[in-house]
Amino acid sequence: MADEHKDIDAVTGTATTGHDWDGIRELNTPLPRWWLWTFYICILWAIGYWVVYPAWPLLKGSTEGITAWHARSAVVEDIAALNVLRGPMVERLTKASLNDIVKDPQLLDFARAQGRPAFADNCAPCHGAGGGGAKGYPNLNDDDWLWGGKLSDIENSIRHGARNGDKEDHEGNMPAFAGVLKPNEISAVADYARSLSGLPAEEGVDLALGKKVFADNCAVCHGENGKGNHELGSANLTDQIWLYGSDKATIVQGIQNGRGGVMPAWNGRLSEPIIKALTVYVYSFGGGEK
Amino acid sequence: MSLWQKHAIFEKNSIVLVIGILVVIAIGGLVEIAPLFYLKNTIEKVDGVRPYTPLELAGRNIYVREGCYLCHSQMIRPLRDEVERYGHYSLAAESMYDHPFQWGSKRTGPDLARVGGKYSDDWHRDHLRDPRSVVPGSVMPTYGFLFKTDLDFQHVAEDLKVLRLEGVPYSQEMIDNAAKDVATQASADSPDAADLAKRYPKVQAREFAGNSGRVSEADALIAYLQMMGTQVDFSIYDDKANIR
Repeated sequence: MADEHKDIDAVTGTATTGHDWDGIRELNTPLPRWWLWTFYICILWAIGYWVVYPAWPLLKGSTEGITAWHARSAVVEDIAALNVLRGPMVERLTKASLNDIVKDPQLLDFARAQGRPAFADNCAPCHGAGGGGAKGYPNLNDDDWLWGGKLSDIENSIRHGARNGDKEDHEGNMPAFAGVLKPNEISAVADYARSLSGLPAEEGVDLALGKKVFADNCAVCHGENGKGNHELGSANLTDQIWLYGSDKATIVQGIQNGRGGVMPAWNGRLSEPIIKALTVYVYSFGGGEK
Repeated sequence: MSLWQKHAIFEKNSIVLVIGILVVIAIGGLVEIAPLFYLKNTIEKVDGVRPYTPLELAGRNIYVREGCYLCHSQMIRPLRDEVERYGHYSLAAESMYDHPFQWGSKRTGPDLARVGGKYSDDWHRDHLRDPRSVVPGSVMPTYGFLFKTDLDFQHVAEDLKVLRLEGVPYSQEMIDNAAKDVATQASADSPDAADLAKRYPKVQAREFAGNSGRVSEADALIAYLQMMGTQVDFSIYDDKANIR
């Protein structure tokens, strides 16, 4: 057939396909050499791939290739290699108690280095990149703690979270007082709560009534002096730190409808050394309690 | 006449060319697609995966409608860095009831395959209303309108029926109760919650969007987000069972 098509185009000197469309002929230009060679090398590469990697599906499973590579075992190996890379420090972190980690500068450095990216991935969306918090999400930099700021408290909070249905989570919440208290009582006690942290009260407000309402309804959880209670997660009302805002409308809203922020439980979701690293990392923000 | 010259037959007869193309595609399909129906790791059975509840399904439909898949993948690949960041790699079985699947191919935002339980409902509300209020660097659009729009779940049973045609094992009971189940799951302390949990194990029922008394589109979307990737208990999952 090749011989039949030896019609050489006079202008270009290239063979034509032999077709003639009303006097127009088509050049049969050969593929460029570089293209052809790339093509052949790709075919060779594919054959090499079949030999090295799992490739051809058979009736049961597939050809394994000489490496018997498998994505699922590969990731397990990669993570094991990563743990080796991180060296014995991870092991020390896993074994050491939280107090020992804080006392050992080398281990503390390592824990904080591990804690930083874990915090950015998991905690920062709520608590902010630097742990600064936001409305409804506690600031972790200050020394005001709802559920306690000791190492063990922080670890407990990270592991079990708050009000999320975990068996050991923090469960206390601020109940709704709408319907329990009269509007004027709510208003008065809101002003009283503001006065506890030194904020000015509105004019003509009945702080005496507020104090009485507080003693009857709020002191159970927030304490007689409004200092709060880590056991119940009740806020300290005497400091200048307000989780939801210090304006009266926000406080009234909180008293009426109650509050109960949810924190997820991280037990199981994060590995043991990472939970420890996070505990130490948060503790070292500056507000950690002895 | 060498074999290399035979292509002239295909080039000169369009019918022969079409048949030739079909044969080549059929071989490709047989080799690449057919094995997926019998290879162990693609049909792996996993404990815990159940069909979506009607509310989650409605949320999933909103997810698709709003094009969330354009920026969020739902596929944790078995790669070290992804497993470190997002958790256990996704299993095929975890999206077995997805029609169509939402694996996605682009991550402008993070992967969502295991976002369930990672944040509180409050966070999802804040984040959907104004992503910048909780994640300052976010480029996600605001979805505050989902809270204002009532969820249209009158015909949610039809969605279940269509999915049943596609092989999702919805029972007649599930279809009959679909609309009721939406209302039940979107309210806290409903007396029907136990019934719902019988039909859909491990279901979470509460006021997801916090707009008491009505079921908004945000309720559905948050319900869907909060169950994502939570069905398989990886503390008992055998990683090695399907390595061949």
